[in-house]
Amino acid sequence: MATISLEEVRKIYAGGVEAVKSVSMDIADGEFIVLVGPSGCGKSTLLRMIAGLEEISSGTISIGDRVVNRIDPADRDIAMVFQNYALYPHMSVYNNLAYGLRNRGVPKDEIDRRVKEAARILEIGAFLERKPKALSGGQRQRVAMGRAIVREPAAFLFDEPLSNLDAKLRVQMRVEIKRLQKSLGTTSVYVTHDQLEAMTLADRLVVLNGGAIEQIGDPISVYEQPASTFVASFIGSPAMNLIPVSVRDGRATLDSETAAGGSSLSGPDLGNGTGYTLGVRPEHFVPASERPAGPGDLSLTVTTTVLEPVGAESYLYASIGGDSGATGATVTNSSAAHVVIRVPAAARHQPGEVLSFTATADRLHAFDKTTGKRIPR
Amino acid sequence: MKRAQFSSPLLPYFLLAPQLAIIFIFFYWPSAQAIQSSFYIEDPFGFGATFVGLENYTTVLGSSEYLRIAQFTLVFTLIVTFLSLSIALVLAVKADAVLTGASTYRSLLMWVYAIAPPVAGLMGIMFFDQHIGPLVDLAALFGWDMRVGVNYYDTAFAMVVIAVWKQIPYNFIFFLSGLQAIPKHLREAAAIDCRSELRRFWTVTLPMLAPTAFFLLIINMTYALFDTFGIIDVVTRNEPANNPLTLVYKVYLDGFRSNDLGGSSAQSVILMIVVLVLTMAQFRFIERRVHYG
Repeated sequence: MATISLEEVRKIYAGGVEAVKSVSMDIADGEFIVLVGPSGCGKSTLLRMIAGLEEISSGTISIGDRVVNRIDPADRDIAMVFQNYALYPHMSVYNNLAYGLRNRGVPKDEIDRRVKEAARILEIGAFLERKPKALSGGQRQRVAMGRAIVREPAAFLFDEPLSNLDAKLRVQMRVEIKRLQKSLGTTSVYVTHDQLEAMTLADRLVVLNGGAIEQIGDPISVYEQPASTFVASFIGSPAMNLIPVSVRDGRATLDSETAAGGSSLSGPDLGNGTGYTLGVRPEHFVPASERPAGPGDLSLTVTTTVLEPVGAESYLYASIGGDSGATGATVTNSSAAHVVIRVPAAARHQPGEVLSFTATADRLHAFDKTTGKRIPR
Repeated sequence: MKRAQFSSPLLPYFLLAPQLAIIFIFFYWPSAQAIQSSFYIEDPFGFGATFVGLENYTTVLGSSEYLRIAQFTLVFTLIVTFLSLSIALVLAVKADAVLTGASTYRSLLMWVYAIAPPVAGLMGIMFFDQHIGPLVDLAALFGWDMRVGVNYYDTAFAMVVIAVWKQIPYNFIFFLSGLQAIPKHLREAAAIDCRSELRRFWTVTLPMLAPTAFFLLIINMTYALFDTFGIIDVVTRNEPANNPLTLVYKVYLDGFRSNDLGGSSAQSVILMIVVLVLTMAQFRFIERRVHYG
């Protein structure tokens, strides 16, 4: 077990592409860190640099109190779980687990003890003599985990380990990985592009965008206080509504509407007199009939386009603006004029229906229109 | 394998017919002819044949010259197979490590394979020429008075060098593509599991390469046994005299130079049996250890 620290770590490929731009962070002993971001954001590169599979262009990576920049992957005391498991096809499950230990000169009976123990924890004891080819995807996944566990390393590195499993198995393995990590207490770095996986697993989330850290924090605070429009739209599903607004006479309105023309959106001035990007999560809208808008609140009128029931609740896809049929003037076609609103499953809204919603002041987020950064309040 | 369905039961045989005809005319028929004539002594001028039973076989197997040649063939085959496989493997591993130049490197080496064996033999002979051969000059630097075509061992050395040189590119291509077919993540997993690169090669890379290696083993043994004929012919300059020969060349000598068709047929049959047994043994004992991914 160990801490991991990254100091201004960069990765520049031969072609001049900067895949990772000066990343610094400290990972505590036993912590479960999830690197999350869209494909190409540098999260896998970063993980592979920690593993030693990718050279570090500049900066330092330390595991424990040892700088590992020039140390071979095998000597870094880490174990990695790969996306496609990377099991040795010519070895039995037992030998797959034992291979890394044999190469390190661990005594035979100790290897046997550890393999049996890992097999017991992961419930793969029945397959120890089989070749990986004879296993199902979920079983292979367990063997890959087992190979990491038997090593008893300072850190586990996971590179999208669940992305090859079907949805049901993914949820099951996700829970199991979390339980396992907590009981072993091994420092872990986990890479995924799945925000739900990231939210559920992480002690701390690291949101990466274009090779740089966009935000670090525990899942709930990242969700509640996204540092930028990128984080706001990436974490949470459906994504946070981001609506560009202008400020006129101390009130925020849609860019396309003049204050005079009977606005369909009216919000507080969170941009200190200038326009900003207004963010509201789908679940924070309340029907105006239940809770009329107070002074700092947002109120808006929308026209329903699609209702998407997901069971426990429904998502209402709507365009901002009412009376679209009658006057037809106020609704623009830009994507910003569309919102997603969570409504109770019992709500039976019809397409074309005009509805009014409010959101309380403390549920509103404001971001700079040009930089996308959160505007502090 | 997928099972194909045919509307008429005769159709598959019809589709196979051209291939079967080729196999029959060029493989089975000559083999049958060889087996038949191995039991006869043929008049050198073609005026008939006498049935002699197994006499041709007993003569051949009782001949000390034949046994000497068989022994040389065995040694020659083992050395050529081992060297051409291992050198090609080393080259392929090195090429695989520096992928950027690989395509040029690959095609440059492949050129050698486009050379016909007699031409390769001829070019090889140039290297070993008594007057202009650079390899002879090189050997002379180390005090080795190389006399290809005169000294038995020098001739054998030249044959092995040329035969190996000729076969390396072929093996190289197969090994390289085999190496490149090994998934990257497997190598990376091994890099985390094992510090020693050499040990990784033996425990992960080589087993993954085993199907390729097994295929090449059979191909190379067959090559060394049969396809080196042209090289031997050129190196010995068609004058076998006291020079080392392989069994195939002996078949040719006895059959076409000495006009002993019966004896030469008996030798061919023996060769056929040897190759059959060898291939069966390889499949029986080596292939079971090969993991097909």
